[in-house]
Amino acid sequence: MGLLRDLLFTFRAFFETFGALSLFLLRLAVYTPRALVRRFPLIVAQVHNTGALSLVIIMICGFFVGMVLGLQGYDTLSRFDSEDILGAATALALLKELGPVITALLFAGRAGTALASEIGLMKATDQLSAMEMMAVDPLRRVVVPRFVGGVVAMPFLAAIFSTIGIAGAFLVGVGLMDVDSGTFWAQMRNNVDPEDVWEGVFKSFVFGIAASVLAVFEGYNCVPTAEGVGRATTRTVVLTAIAVLVLDYIITAALL
Amino acid sequence: MQQTRTVELGTGMFVFLGVAAIFFLATQTSNLNSLVSSEAYTVKARFENIGGLSVRAPVTMAGVTIGRVSDIAFDPNRLDAVVSIRIDARYDRIPDDSDAAILTAGLLGGQYIGLSPGGSDTFLADEDEIEFTQSAVVLENLISKYLFSQGGGDD
Repeated sequence: MGLLRDLLFTFRAFFETFGALSLFLLRLAVYTPRALVRRFPLIVAQVHNTGALSLVIIMICGFFVGMVLGLQGYDTLSRFDSEDILGAATALALLKELGPVITALLFAGRAGTALASEIGLMKATDQLSAMEMMAVDPLRRVVVPRFVGGVVAMPFLAAIFSTIGIAGAFLVGVGLMDVDSGTFWAQMRNNVDPEDVWEGVFKSFVFGIAASVLAVFEGYNCVPTAEGVGRATTRTVVLTAIAVLVLDYIITAALL
Repeated sequence: MQQTRTVELGTGMFVFLGVAAIFFLATQTSNLNSLVSSEAYTVKARFENIGGLSVRAPVTMAGVTIGRVSDIAFDPNRLDAVVSIRIDARYDRIPDDSDAAILTAGLLGGQYIGLSPGGSDTFLADEDEIEFTQSAVVLENLISKYLFSQGGGDD
């Protein structure tokens, strides 16, 4: 009996959190157009914070993911005597799946945690309450610019990841495994449709919304103690990873 | 002030890189540049059987891609398939008695339309129809033809 009650309680807590998150996202969406005009410098600073500062990790990871795709792709494809399509295979894998998904996971680790712990610490040190005292809405002043910055940065990060990844695959496939460089590009161009590129951009945009809203939500609603901020940071990474992978399947199924 | 400058410089470079990457992906990795941007004209061809031909399949002449299949429709009156082909406007001197065949690229490759030039002095123009066509080869038909010709030999 106690087990059943615990289970019901967990379900209820899940739906409460989900509902709170949806309402939170709705409020952010409503505040966004005004923030774009009135708080533009703050948003620029946040694009710098979440985007430009994530560039190094994105580029290094993209390069190595591309290189390992070139290596593994070559090994697998050569078993079917079709290593010619290496270019198309790696480009499609990067553009449609690996680019948006890995970028979102790295984004959660690099930028999401920073957002959650920053906002959480502001809350723990009563900075958010101080703003309310000065009649400044912390949601508009602190949360919305961070959210918008993350959403803007994500598609760019994913595109950079895919581009660097293709360069890495080219380097390994053509440089080490002597796939013909003309064949590599020709197969890529013949088999990649513009829709595949837009699918990747659309996915990374959705993942950007999910990752950013989860990070600011967890930070804004954390228990204002040292332990609470730590838990909020951890939950950000865990929830973003789950949300991104679930959304990835849903979007892929819907677009295919 | 210096701080703001650095932030703006970093953001500017980041956004520039991002836009450049999207531009690269959209134009260099995909076949966007093959037809969408340039002028093209459309001709029609009727086939008894198109096999596995799909929209966006390449149309080649002498092995060079000169266009793409833009539409495939079924004609309920004549009971055949009407394939619309968009050909790049650069290639406007294709004889109008050229013939179109549905071919297969490689053993497992996709199907495409191969045009073989005719000898006419007039050229294909927009909305023309290619008269001479050759349907896709369907493996099952080939096999059954082969089996029936074997049976006929035994009599």
